[in-house]
Amino acid sequence: MKLKHTVMAAAALAVGATASAQAQDKSTLQVVQDRGYMNCQVGQPNPGFYNLDATGNWSGHDVAFCRAVAAAVLGDPTKIEFQSVTSQVRFTSLANGESDMLSRTTTWTATRDTQLGLDFTTVTMYDGQGFLVSNESGIKSAKELDGAAVCVLTGTTTELNLSDYFRSQGMNFKPVTFEDVNVLIETFLKGGCDVYTNDKSGLASRRSAFPDPSKYTILPETISKEPLGPVVREGDNQWGDIVRWSVFAMITAEELGVNSGNVDDMRANSKNPEIRRMLGAEGNLHTGLGLSNDWAYNIIKMVGNYGEVYARYLGEKTPVNIPRAGSQNALWTNGGLIYSPPFR
Amino acid sequence: MNSPVRVGNTTHGPERSRLSRMASDPKIRGWVAQAVVGTLIVLAGYYLVSQTIYNMEKRGLTAGFDFLSSTAGFSIGFHLIDYQPTDTFSRVFLVGVVNTLFVSVIAIIFATLFGFVMGIARLSHNWLIARLAATYVEVVRNTPLLLQIFVWYLGVFTLLPPPKQAFELVFGVFVLNNRGFYATAAVPGELFWITGIAIIAGLALTFMFRRSARAQQEATGDAPSYAWKALAVLVAAPAAVFVLTGAPLSWEVPTLKGFNYQGGWAVPPPFLALLIALTVYTSAFIAEIVRAGIQSVGKGQTEAALSLGLPRSRTLKLVVIPQAMRAIIPPLISQYLNIVKNSSLAVAIAYPDLVGLWMQTSLNQAGRAIEIVATTMLFYMVVSLSISGLLNIYNRRVQLQER
Repeated sequence: MKLKHTVMAAAALAVGATASAQAQDKSTLQVVQDRGYMNCQVGQPNPGFYNLDATGNWSGHDVAFCRAVAAAVLGDPTKIEFQSVTSQVRFTSLANGESDMLSRTTTWTATRDTQLGLDFTTVTMYDGQGFLVSNESGIKSAKELDGAAVCVLTGTTTELNLSDYFRSQGMNFKPVTFEDVNVLIETFLKGGCDVYTNDKSGLASRRSAFPDPSKYTILPETISKEPLGPVVREGDNQWGDIVRWSVFAMITAEELGVNSGNVDDMRANSKNPEIRRMLGAEGNLHTGLGLSNDWAYNIIKMVGNYGEVYARYLGEKTPVNIPRAGSQNALWTNGGLIYSPPFR
Repeated sequence: MNSPVRVGNTTHGPERSRLSRMASDPKIRGWVAQAVVGTLIVLAGYYLVSQTIYNMEKRGLTAGFDFLSSTAGFSIGFHLIDYQPTDTFSRVFLVGVVNTLFVSVIAIIFATLFGFVMGIARLSHNWLIARLAATYVEVVRNTPLLLQIFVWYLGVFTLLPPPKQAFELVFGVFVLNNRGFYATAAVPGELFWITGIAIIAGLALTFMFRRSARAQQEATGDAPSYAWKALAVLVAAPAAVFVLTGAPLSWEVPTLKGFNYQGGWAVPPPFLALLIALTVYTSAFIAEIVRAGIQSVGKGQTEAALSLGLPRSRTLKLVVIPQAMRAIIPPLISQYLNIVKNSSLAVAIAYPDLVGLWMQTSLNQAGRAIEIVATTMLFYMVVSLSISGLLNIYNRRVQLQER
């Protein structure tokens, strides 16, 4: 009887691991192209980053990078099967091969990069953890939070930063840890905790969906570094390069003034050699990636450059409204950190 | 079988080999079949385990239990044993185990009490009481538990007033607000252990009084009352000791400080919501089990008891319930197991039980899915098997002794 239990437990655990063992021999690029669509993992709907509209379409800042890769690899940004899973199964799902890439406001950390069979490609957003409070509470600074009840999502780097911050400040707090962000927000709005902590972009995004966003303030302190970006499975460097350079193409395009409106003209008439190399008008940058020479052109034409995507989903004209100018997410030429290696 | 005339032997002749005789022996065939099945199970298990290890290695996943001794780093909102963010993952596991057992044990006690009351109420001759109990059982039993947990949490406990407008009950001995339930805590002083010993001695003496009263009743048929003696040793003696040792007990009253009430003894709203939801949900099932158990006792038993002159309450206590227990205990065991397993739904509302702390937070921070899932399963299995083991022992005692 005991043996049976153990074996059954082992079986249940192993099934997930064995099921996807066969698909390992072909390269991810080959698998995706044969399949005809890409599996992209996003999170549960989150305004600005991954929205789900009434007709079942996904859009948003993080979704756009999946669309860019699909445009580069398949020539069609709509050929994507989106997978929306909870944060605690995200890495297992990617490592098992259920998704081809993950783009869901995931923080790049040493542990995640080295121990989970994953590779972080690059940074699409520089974020940091902050605190959201109601104006009614009268709190003006994170230094006043001693003894507060803090709502936090489980299984995030946020949870660890929170402990570190309060420890380093010599303050106490009471974590209220949720698995489901909707229950968390319901609790926060009804006063079940004094503070809601998350990446500042995430706070802005969630606040935009509150009944009255103007009644809530994000405190000035930033208590952590949260570099967010797409993640791929370890062991397929070509696929990692494709995802990484798809993002770089969008950044370089913005830097060089190429956007979805003028990309045709640029490809035909631009005299700038870097633009010509990137858009496939000359050189052979595409061969190393195993893609056709219009891969970057497709990204810019079908999805847009980095600045267009940011403005469309997170910019000042959107409800999320995370100002870009002067932040770390401005182009390096404008004093920010958004920077791409050269297309050479 | 061993009839003196064995036709079989003579027809097949002596050349029939020992092997074929063994093949037709049901005992040996049984052994062979079991050995084959056993080998297959072992092989399948070996294949699955080795394949998992191979696949994990291929994917660059780190395996092993070394993470147990590394620092967890996160805080826990509610813990009964000491915990700091600098403690290790193995400590987190313990905190989760204690929190799970804490809510389960209290829910089991309340659900049993409430379930018995409701089950007996359903059989009441009073039409209104019987109807009310029936409605309660049907409504509670036929809606999902997760839904009920959310109703209690979002519909009741988060709607309570904030700390500054908290309900202060019984002159502030208890406080209820949307951050939790606070009770004044008794802090024992240095000499309090003497009072503790007096209480234990009182309990032991009461137990002895009861035994001798029983013995006397069985010998003479006359049941002596020992209520006064019990009161003296249980209340008066410890109280006297307590006063003589200088009343070594102080009170810690919850008071509003900064964001919230501090001091005293406190449980958070998710705990209350989970406890009430588990209690209410399971008590409806227990009520049905109790009702079925009581109805399984033949009417003649009650009639016989009444005709002997036993009053109704003693008939229930001495005749009906002891017999009903035989039908009640086995299904009651599975309800207790359900409570322990259902307590894992805590994860939905931020009560840090084992699943929340271990399968969610620790799994994410340490990333050791297989190790963590396996230990969690092992825990629930051990708890479930222990509960059913203990209750099976009790069950054997109350079952009919057939001779």
